Amino acid sequence: MRILFSFFAVIALVLSAYAGVKIANLQFLFGVVIPYIAIAIFILGFIYRVLKWGSSPVPFRIPTTCGQQKSLPWIKQNRIENPSSISGVIIRMALEVLLFRSLFRNLKTQLKEGKLVYGEAKWLWLAGLAFHWSFLIIFVRHFRLFLQNTPSFIKMIEGLDSFLQLGVPVLYMTDVVLLGSVTYLFLRRVFIPQVNYISLAADYFPLFLILGIGTSGVLMRYFYKVHIVSVKELVIGLASLHPVIPQGIGVLFYIHLFLISTLLVYFPLSKLMHMGGVFLSPTRNMVNNSRMVRHINPWNYPVHVHTYEEYENNFRGKMKKAGIPVEKE
Amino acid sequence: MAKKFTAKPDELSKVDYKPPKKGWMDTPAEFKEHTFCWGAKGKNLDAVNFPNARDWSPAEEDWKLPENWQEIFLEGIRERLGKYRSFKLFMDICVRCGACADKCHFFIGGGDPKNMPVLRAELLRSIYRKYFTASGKMLGKIAGARELTLDVLKEIWYYYYQCTECRRCSVFCPYGIDQAEITMVGRELTNLLGLNTDWIAGPVANCYIKGNHIGLEPHTITNSVEFFLDDIETITGIRIKPTFNRKGAEILFVTPSGDLFADPGTYTAMGYLMLFHELGLDYTWSTYASEGGNFGLFTSNEMAKRLNTKIYAEAKRLGVKWIIGGECGHMWRVINQYMDTWNGPADFLEEPVSPITGTKFENAKSTKMVHIAEFTADLIKNGKLKLDPSRNDRLKVTWHDSCNTARGMGILDEPRYVLRNVCNHFYEMPEDTIREKTFCCGSGAGLNASENMDLRMRGGFPRANAVKYVRDNYGVNMLANICAIDRVALKTLMEYWVPDVMVTGLHELVGNALVMTGEKKRTQDLRLEPLPEKEAKE
Repeated sequence: MRILFSFFAVIALVLSAYAGVKIANLQFLFGVVIPYIAIAIFILGFIYRVLKWGSSPVPFRIPTTCGQQKSLPWIKQNRIENPSSISGVIIRMALEVLLFRSLFRNLKTQLKEGKLVYGEAKWLWLAGLAFHWSFLIIFVRHFRLFLQNTPSFIKMIEGLDSFLQLGVPVLYMTDVVLLGSVTYLFLRRVFIPQVNYISLAADYFPLFLILGIGTSGVLMRYFYKVHIVSVKELVIGLASLHPVIPQGIGVLFYIHLFLISTLLVYFPLSKLMHMGGVFLSPTRNMVNNSRMVRHINPWNYPVHVHTYEEYENNFRGKMKKAGIPVEKE
Repeated sequence: MAKKFTAKPDELSKVDYKPPKKGWMDTPAEFKEHTFCWGAKGKNLDAVNFPNARDWSPAEEDWKLPENWQEIFLEGIRERLGKYRSFKLFMDICVRCGACADKCHFFIGGGDPKNMPVLRAELLRSIYRKYFTASGKMLGKIAGARELTLDVLKEIWYYYYQCTECRRCSVFCPYGIDQAEITMVGRELTNLLGLNTDWIAGPVANCYIKGNHIGLEPHTITNSVEFFLDDIETITGIRIKPTFNRKGAEILFVTPSGDLFADPGTYTAMGYLMLFHELGLDYTWSTYASEGGNFGLFTSNEMAKRLNTKIYAEAKRLGVKWIIGGECGHMWRVINQYMDTWNGPADFLEEPVSPITGTKFENAKSTKMVHIAEFTADLIKNGKLKLDPSRNDRLKVTWHDSCNTARGMGILDEPRYVLRNVCNHFYEMPEDTIREKTFCCGSGAGLNASENMDLRMRGGFPRANAVKYVRDNYGVNMLANICAIDRVALKTLMEYWVPDVMVTGLHELVGNALVMTGEKKRTQDLRLEPLPEKEAKE
């Protein structure tokens, strides 16, 4: 149900782009208006979400310490997993964001004949990393379309990405990796019972959406070619705020663009915001130094306490009898 | 009231991990016997002015909630979204990858899918989405949102009191989502409705009025210590004279009251007394600040602060220079992460310097509170203690890192250093079950009651399983740790799963190994058991 809903939602998106362009000739709507709106929603929405998180304070220092604390000078501290300095936090965050450090720890816990066994479980980490990095590289490669002259670093990325020199046009490895890893992420949601149990429609929808974007892109590049010069004209038009709709691009491109627009709109409304959120996570981006430097809670307020005086008043007789010194005889 | 918990380890260790066919939103919580604690008594809530103070029982249909309980609950969420970035962020960014699922000891030991940290969080997230996000308001169930009904409230209560706030899930989460933070907020929300357990509310009320969880009054504290002193005299021939509430002492010593009350914590307390005496330390105990632990932490941030206040207040009143804290898990999470922020700055204290070694405890220069394992490790490193580790030779020891000190502080190698110096046989448990990946005793965060044994034994199963491994492979017979709750909880846990393994605090072993000036030839350890070498000679 959750899967089908998400699947058909993406199919409906594809069909509406197809119908919109092929039947209703709404090229300008799908090629210009919707992309502009989508980008605006993405940027503003993203900023809004981050600012909204930022507006809540971090009242306490709560890093999850994953190694030895800074202690006596002869005890070797784990400066990255239990950082006591900003540089340690930067490395910790870099490892987290770039290499998914925490996910790399993943273990598979199994109960075998009354014994618990902890096995390696790196597939999720590998697929996650492969997906995110190939997505990023494909995103960067697309800048070729935004610029009249392709900058050398993009050519370099393209060169590396296609170094296998397979087929015409040459195969980009990231295309394969992206589709493969997204498929894996989808299949594990379907087949691992626990992951299936926790998955929401909101987990399947972005997978199908990205699968749709990737598939339409691959079809355009390798199979049903669109008119690439016109595509570039349209994209440069969009980027330079002088939108044009060249003729004869091919409907596949509009489907691709519409799915991307949907992703941009959906992004700030959804769990995809983990992209921004990971940087703000207090258990990862904080220094574990709260015994060395006092952390201030902006909303710290005075509370009712049971004072020593009240305590002594309750127990003075008993204290004196037990030989415990008291303030008032 | 209820049947005795009789399930055998064989039955309990058969765990079915297969989730039910029906979706979790359509499966209301079933309150199974021996998995939850009794409701808080009205008088205990009243003692600290908590709302909706009345006697209640989770097992009964009517929870005696205030009329506008939904409003209170939702307003509580709104307030905390504004106060805690962690909470807000953790409500938003989970992608449900499931990496945390089989990291929770309650899930591993019980198989209930709602004990997967991700789903425990979703119980509350679904409410958050329904009332605080546009997509949840519009799309409802499709967006993972649902109404806050009485069944949902009961479900949240049931599972938020099946989390020990151990943070193991947070170690594995790619965004560092910490279920402990979410559980803390969830428990605060239930406390707005008077839905506490008595195992937590009782100690909180005790601690507020009497100064400690156990409810020891001043004269009972000195009496308990007297018993220890008698035993120490029997063992060493030395009569120790500690002081209480003494003004002008250099150091205030604060430790969890559990160590004054029940075995084997009491032996650890004896270890402290012997160590401080041997050093000639100018220190005092306090009967007012007679609790290092903080069950307030398991109710609300405010309550935790109210209890914690006493430590600095007493240090100020007595005019000490700095504070040493005893062995306790959540106590040290509080001291490391909260105390200074709540109740500092402790500018009336001095930066801690060991009077014995001259070592400056740089890492405690703001809180002015030093962990006893840091203190003792420094003594040993500087050769200030005469130790005879062979007195612990009948023990094969393994080390349990307590959740809070491991993942909320990172005190891992100090106690190990001490341990290696006070005993000759030390074996680590498998690496995926120690240090930052350590397993909870299954009874932390106020769950170490007697009516929830099924939950506790299941939750402690992964820990026990790792202990069993070192027992079977190396003949380990002693499980050492630096946590008062561990000392009580692990004892029960070992009796159930690995019956021939005993439990000890670190400073009990120190006390055994410590060669004291003027002591008689020792023939007994702190448990009054014969020492191994003696036995051999006879």
